[in-house]
Amino acid sequence: MDILLQQIVNGLVVGSVYALIALGYTMVYGILGLINFAHGEVLMIGALTALQTLGVLERIAPDLGPLAQLAIALGVAVPVCMTLGFLMERLAYRRLRNAPRLAPLITAIGVSFLLQTVAMILWGRNYHTFPQLIPTTPLEPVSGVFITPVQITIVVVSALMMAGLLVLVNRTRLGRAMRATAENHRVASLMGVDVNAIIGATFVIGAGLAAVAGVMFASNYGIAHYAMGFLPGLKAFTAAVLGGIGNLGGAMLGGIVLGLVESLGAGYIEHLSFGFLNSSYQDIFAFIILGLVLIFRPTGLLGERVSDRA
Amino acid sequence: MNDLVASIPFLGKRHPAVARWGTLALIILAPILAGYFGRTWIRVLDFALLYMLLALGLNLVVGFAGLLDLGYIAFYAVGAYTWAFLASPHFELHWPIWAILPLGAGFAALAGIILGFPVLRLRGDYLAIVTLGFGEIVRIFLNNLNYPVNITNGPQGINGLDPLVLFGWDLSRTLRLGDFQIHSLYLYYYFFLLCVAGAVILIHRLQISRIGRAWAAMRDDELAAKAIGIDTRAMKLLAFSLGATFGGVAGGLFGAFQGFVSPESFSLMESIAVLTMVVFGGMGNIVGVIVGALALTFLPEILRHVAVPLQQTLFGHVILDPEVLRMLLLALAMIFMMLWKPAGLVPAQARYSRPGLLARERP
Amino acid sequence: MKKSVLALAVMGFGAAGIAHAQEVVVKLGVAAPLTGAQSHLGKDIENGARMAIEDYNAKGVTLDGKKVKFELMPEDDQADPRTATTVAQRLSDAGVKGVIGHLNSGASIPSSRIYDQAGIPMISPASTNPKLTQQSFKLVYRTIANDVQQGLAIGKYAAGHLGKKVAIIDDRTAYGQGLADEVEKAVKAGGGTVVGREFTTDKATDFMAILTKVKSKSPEVVVYSGMDSQAGPMLRQIKQLGIGAKFITGDGGCTAEIIKLAGDAIGETAYCTQPGLPLDMMPGGKGFTERYKKRFNNSEVQIYAPYAYDAASAIIEAMKSAGSADPAKYGPAIAKVNFPGVSGKVVFDAKGDIKDGAVTVYQFKGGQWVAQ
Repeated sequence: MDILLQQIVNGLVVGSVYALIALGYTMVYGILGLINFAHGEVLMIGALTALQTLGVLERIAPDLGPLAQLAIALGVAVPVCMTLGFLMERLAYRRLRNAPRLAPLITAIGVSFLLQTVAMILWGRNYHTFPQLIPTTPLEPVSGVFITPVQITIVVVSALMMAGLLVLVNRTRLGRAMRATAENHRVASLMGVDVNAIIGATFVIGAGLAAVAGVMFASNYGIAHYAMGFLPGLKAFTAAVLGGIGNLGGAMLGGIVLGLVESLGAGYIEHLSFGFLNSSYQDIFAFIILGLVLIFRPTGLLGERVSDRA
Repeated sequence: MNDLVASIPFLGKRHPAVARWGTLALIILAPILAGYFGRTWIRVLDFALLYMLLALGLNLVVGFAGLLDLGYIAFYAVGAYTWAFLASPHFELHWPIWAILPLGAGFAALAGIILGFPVLRLRGDYLAIVTLGFGEIVRIFLNNLNYPVNITNGPQGINGLDPLVLFGWDLSRTLRLGDFQIHSLYLYYYFFLLCVAGAVILIHRLQISRIGRAWAAMRDDELAAKAIGIDTRAMKLLAFSLGATFGGVAGGLFGAFQGFVSPESFSLMESIAVLTMVVFGGMGNIVGVIVGALALTFLPEILRHVAVPLQQTLFGHVILDPEVLRMLLLALAMIFMMLWKPAGLVPAQARYSRPGLLARERP
Repeated sequence: MKKSVLALAVMGFGAAGIAHAQEVVVKLGVAAPLTGAQSHLGKDIENGARMAIEDYNAKGVTLDGKKVKFELMPEDDQADPRTATTVAQRLSDAGVKGVIGHLNSGASIPSSRIYDQAGIPMISPASTNPKLTQQSFKLVYRTIANDVQQGLAIGKYAAGHLGKKVAIIDDRTAYGQGLADEVEKAVKAGGGTVVGREFTTDKATDFMAILTKVKSKSPEVVVYSGMDSQAGPMLRQIKQLGIGAKFITGDGGCTAEIIKLAGDAIGETAYCTQPGLPLDMMPGGKGFTERYKKRFNNSEVQIYAPYAYDAASAIIEAMKSAGSADPAKYGPAIAKVNFPGVSGKVVFDAKGDIKDGAVTVYQFKGGQWVAQ
């Protein structure tokens, strides 16, 4: 029983990370209908920028407490990523907004690889150790389940971010403009919404979220690496689709469901398949779920129209 | 051929005959010229031809039908593993090429249909990401199907694949005609060249056929295509399976040429590399795709020879190694081609594919 | 096309070598990743081989009455299988008489076929995949213990010294899976039981699910067969899940990197193995390190330099005993070499593997790996 509980906890934590990344995907897709392939790379840049900042801090202010360090690292990483998000939209995607569908998508793949390569040049290919600012030693086990403070932080931060976004989208002027733009660019602009600015803002907010996700990810696993963003990015996209793309609550739900499926799948697939399959298939769950959802329930769990978008 | 000739700067339009025969001579003499610099370059040429086959196949799907397939390399893998299963010591089978290549192509086509059916309804981005998932699923299965029954030999890959043997003539051995010797790499070049030429003729016929026009119509406006009575479902399936067929054939040839297949040769990065070839040369345009494949196969090799010594003389050590440079250039190629030259390096000039459509702003 | 021809011409100038008047020049190839993530290891191989030929050149070797000068031709295979075959082709074209390389098994195996076709002997100082020497290519050798030998050592040590209940995790790469299979065999042979086999990938960062499953089997030892970049985070997660088992990993995790990546989660319950002996235990190790440092601007011996030195020496010794640098003539003599190398006695078995290849077990103590 404690093993099952532990797997559920594992799934919740991984799922929260996916959810945090998925929020950014879903926002951009909701407004532009573009899969920003490079979103996972923004996460990576966020983590590595934070790492760089921490390295500098260690030299100039070695006596700082871990929470202050974390705050400063985030304080640098988030604006850096926001700038990056803004530049991506401005330089690469905006010009292609009215081009046929293939063009922005191929560009997004290009941007993703470009960011990875640049990160590889700047930070090398090695895995870097990310300092443990939030303690990673497990707390006293409750009925055999081990959980660490950093894991709790991740779950809480994801929930807070989602709540904050919900408020932003549903209760503010900016949010209203975003929703209008998502409905229809031209009509929104006729209503006096500065569509370009709104799309820019969406990218900036999404990138900021990715930076937070990157720092959380790196603190949890204690590593940062130039290719760390790609696979979580793909899975987070799956989570966003699973939950119903364009829907913030759906992104959260999709992330958690995907995390649980992966965790329980890796743990129990051997039993379920009578020994034919094993944990080496852990990475295909996301793709299979993605395929199934898109084919059978393209609106996702929390249903928002999807296929007529494309 | 005419397109290619016409696209040669200066010469093409003024002296088409000179350009045509010159190009033909260059194609035929290429390995001999390359051999002058070392056999390595013939090997690179051989690989370039394989990539041309792949890129031509992907071009059917992406360029003609307008469906973005990010898992194309899976079909290459199917072809390569078909060869590995049926012509290697792995299962102690040594079938002849005439049996394996069609089978490999057939399996790949089947895989194309299996992928095609469920994703027919998807468009654009979703299609791209589901095909990406498909490619990864195929790779993961190849990597893990050595247990509980050993089918693919897992990550170890399969070694000792039979070489190409045509009518008892083994292409992997040096051909001796009296004192005159022709190295195996030349033989492979000409055989691959025949395959590419066949593919080009086939695809060119396809392009100007009803099917090709239907694809173009579907790509440019699916709704309108449907309205004028094109069965878009069938057309998409056809594009997927035909494209996959080329991948399957190329895969089989790759297996025979390399003698070794393992799942790591079929990563997502390879899919992206082939896609870049298509994008770089010019989507929907045969000549462009060929030029793209040639340029992007040679690029890393040239980088190795120019970039490393150049950096060493300039800075005293290597700052950007060739692999990083290659990634950088691939990424930049994708972005800049889309932003500034969406029709590719050699824009299509054929009647039924209008590059302008790709770049045209939609209201 | 035009561009490539131009580039070729540029390269042609650089490649033109000037032979010394009286001596016969014998070229030996080195193929290893000289750029990229593993370039430090590739350089290690190049340097080791370079030291060997410089030593022989200084001593003076005479073959068939003529004085011979050895030259090295290093080529970069980028640790990539396809590039490796291209490089192999280039070395064969250039008429090298023997090749020291490659580093990665994935590069060595497809290249070995090309060397075999060209009739050139190849001795790998680093590729440990057993398949390399099982292909029945006559002229393929290696100077380092292979994965069978290493897997045997891990399994024997785990079951013999660390605990009978063993869980094995591998990363589904050719290296990881091959080694893990050997470990499993050796654990069973050593009287232990394999309570679970789990799998991850060489790109994964989260191992919580598989480790939780491992935990449910309450093993005494966890074996990880893969690289340090996964083994480091895995050690952290083992600690986070409160798994009390000992941990042992192969040469992929036997690095300084894992110590950094694991942070405070690595302790004296962590072990690793490395083919070969630690430098200071090698018969010729002490002098070798000092000379290496002196020759190559204070760079440290990584792992493979002594084996590359021995590989180059084996080729030259075989040439000396056959009295010829012609691969067809001296090739068969490699099977019979028997001389004291840096890493130990260099004698090959029937397949081409080094006889009695040593494997050393290390334990983590006082912030570093200490040979047991």
